Amino acid sequence: VEFTKVAADPSIVNLGQGLPDISPPSYVKEELAKVAAVDRLNQYTRGFGHPSLVKALSQVYERVCGRKIDPLTDILVTVGAYGSLFSTIQALIEEGDEVIIIEPFYDCYEPMVKMAGAKPVFIPLRNKNDGNSASSADWVLDPAELANKFNSKTKAIILNTPHNPIGKVFTREELQVIADLCIKHDTLCISDEVYEWLVYKGNKHVKIATLPGMWERTITIGSAGKTYSVTGWKLGWSIGPQNLIKHLQVVHQNTLYTCPTPLQEALAQAFGIDYKRMDDPDCYFYSLSRELESKRDRMAQLLQEAGLKPVIPDGGYFMIVDVSTLNVDLSDVDEKQPYDYKFVKWMITSKKLSAIPLSAFCGPETKRQFEKYIRFCFIKKDSTLDAAEVILKNWNKQTA
Amino acid sequence: LPLVKASNSLSLSLQAKMSRPVQARRLEGIDKNIWVEFVKLAATYSTVNLGQGFPDFPPPDFLKEAFVRALSGENHMLHQYTRAFGHPPLVKILAQFFGKLLGRDLDPMTNVMVTVGAYQALFCCFQAFVDDGDEVIIIEPFFDCYEPMVKMAGGMPVFVPLRPKAPKDGKLMSSADWQLDPAELASKFSDRTKAIVLNSPNNPLGKVFSRGELEVIADLCVKYDVLCISDEVYEWLVYDGKEHIRIASLQGMWDRTVIIGSAGKTFSATGWKVGWTVGPNRLLQHLCTVHQNSVYHCATAAQEAVAQGFQRELKLYGKPESYFVQLPKELQQKRDWLVQSLDAVGMKPIIPEGTYFLVADISKFKSDVPDVPDSDEPYDSRFAKWMVKNKGLAAIPLSAFYCGAHKNNYNHFIRFCFAKEEATLKAANDILQKWKWEKTNP
Repeated sequence: VEFTKVAADPSIVNLGQGLPDISPPSYVKEELAKVAAVDRLNQYTRGFGHPSLVKALSQVYERVCGRKIDPLTDILVTVGAYGSLFSTIQALIEEGDEVIIIEPFYDCYEPMVKMAGAKPVFIPLRNKNDGNSASSADWVLDPAELANKFNSKTKAIILNTPHNPIGKVFTREELQVIADLCIKHDTLCISDEVYEWLVYKGNKHVKIATLPGMWERTITIGSAGKTYSVTGWKLGWSIGPQNLIKHLQVVHQNTLYTCPTPLQEALAQAFGIDYKRMDDPDCYFYSLSRELESKRDRMAQLLQEAGLKPVIPDGGYFMIVDVSTLNVDLSDVDEKQPYDYKFVKWMITSKKLSAIPLSAFCGPETKRQFEKYIRFCFIKKDSTLDAAEVILKNWNKQTA
Repeated sequence: LPLVKASNSLSLSLQAKMSRPVQARRLEGIDKNIWVEFVKLAATYSTVNLGQGFPDFPPPDFLKEAFVRALSGENHMLHQYTRAFGHPPLVKILAQFFGKLLGRDLDPMTNVMVTVGAYQALFCCFQAFVDDGDEVIIIEPFFDCYEPMVKMAGGMPVFVPLRPKAPKDGKLMSSADWQLDPAELASKFSDRTKAIVLNSPNNPLGKVFSRGELEVIADLCVKYDVLCISDEVYEWLVYDGKEHIRIASLQGMWDRTVIIGSAGKTFSATGWKVGWTVGPNRLLQHLCTVHQNSVYHCATAAQEAVAQGFQRELKLYGKPESYFVQLPKELQQKRDWLVQSLDAVGMKPIIPEGTYFLVADISKFKSDVPDVPDSDEPYDSRFAKWMVKNKGLAAIPLSAFYCGAHKNNYNHFIRFCFAKEEATLKAANDILQKWKWEKTNP
């Protein structure tokens, strides 16, 4: 909320908040326009998810997961993946529980866990190359450290893969370590996979719910906003076994009851189109990630040329950057703020370029560890990246 | 080595199921929901659905056009996130519009928050204001979600009924004849009372609280320093020249009231799920906290369209072409039509002063559905289920709008929704006429 306000200024090149400024695919916009003309689609639909949408979701995910998914009992449609996180945590987490959160984390996990009365337990991703990080794959969990975080109070672990902000795509082996601990300690796994289609060459998105023993204890969360570049539709979904999803449905029926109908119908149509071409490289699920990969590469190059050290993400549409190499002296500014906060504010005012400080994604103990990093979003149209290029190319001239 | 790994994971998978109770205790007692059951029944059996409350006619053309413009216009950023607490054009026009109605200067950034339907606005209010042990007064019959929402927030619902006064000789009862007993109401307030939920116009009865009735409630709120959650979603649907009075405009009430509204009901677009709250910043800031930790943003395009709808209505306010003038006029006719249909066959309708619901006494039809003495289920619920299965006419039992302990207090009433096309109401009339004929000619 804080940073959206600062960057709302149109003279600033906004690479901060994670929203695309590229257009959604035209067929997605067309489907919604078509739907708007159908009278009955302007009234309430089924609370737990519009029938054609849950059917389309079950088809796509049955294919991806290789297992039967019942559209009525195994799926809940929510107001964005945000709403799924909320419904899951309210349904399954309570006072006395501990929930493991991997740092850096999408910032809503902590307050949602606290709102449910539970205790967040943090574990950081650590740079295995100790200072020199070129890739998101360099950031790993220490298995022994992770195991130590699990105890009899642990109710769940929140997993985010592909990861925001680092862009890490957890490998099967890394997921197996987490899965083994979940099974050993009989805990849940809340798997935030909103960037599931955005994985770059050489990487594969693995769903932890497909590992042996994990379907029964995992809620997998997805997002239309991230899948189709329509963050303003605010539609997401939770998929899992009936005995868990039914509790999410109870929360949903006592919080907002039903999601908007026309958006759900349009999304169902869009999924129908892409489901039919899941074997085709033109399927939007694959074409978007190809488009983003070249933006990623361009962004990385520009940052490197400006003397910054980007961490190349294997997935997602964010890139974190080590800004310490620039040695910008901000010691005269407010001592109490972490360096990255001060750096971003300085960058917005003096360079007219915005990003998000990484310590926004950390628990209190870890903020110092990540304060030399800032996060850029690269799901931006060419003209935005062109404007960023101008700033970055001129960066050294001004500071020199 | 691979072989060892495989058998390892096999034995692990045998322990796969969650063995301990998995759901949070806040879900206790709130898992049942009447709509899930009755919507399914209507979908399966009904030929005429006067059950769930939504119009079967479309939203007005100007609104649909605004939506299409928002979606297909040059500005594709309407498909991306907007301001979390409400799309700027929408909060601006809501502040203007409600400022005018309340005679107050409203700040769109601090006195208005947009929600996913009025339903989510209610959720935010209970989560923001109700703590463990707090009491919340709910007037029966009530829109069924109030009770589970209070419970989910850890609060204790305290119920006070509207009681029917016998109508004048030979006349049909009016929703105005259902009233609170002021002494009984006062007895429900204590120092544990955090809030009272007011719903006017009232779903299901259609009661429009008079100024005098609101003053009684307001005086108690002020005396006991209690908040008022004022659900005014049917604010435009008032008939017979009655006036919808906003309790927030009464003395001492603005500072302790959150007003809830709904685009779904205002513009006949329930499927858009756009609602709002209006109130003082000292209350709304807490709704924002809940909102930013539960859904964060509401969908953009529908907000843009609703903003345009309100802009049109502000220009036409009070004029005959205003949708807020035309819709109640149309619905009043439909109300009168349904009242006539029901009265003609011996179901006794309670004439609603507002909303698009009416409740009818089905006592004369009891012979069709024999009483089952030891049944757990309230009589009207069994009746409504029988009616949809055997007559194809869907309605909702009044007991759905009472707490568990009171479900049998008024168990011979069912609620009809009359926001329906003429053809639907005619078809309902045909079913009722045929039914009556079958009763008199067995």
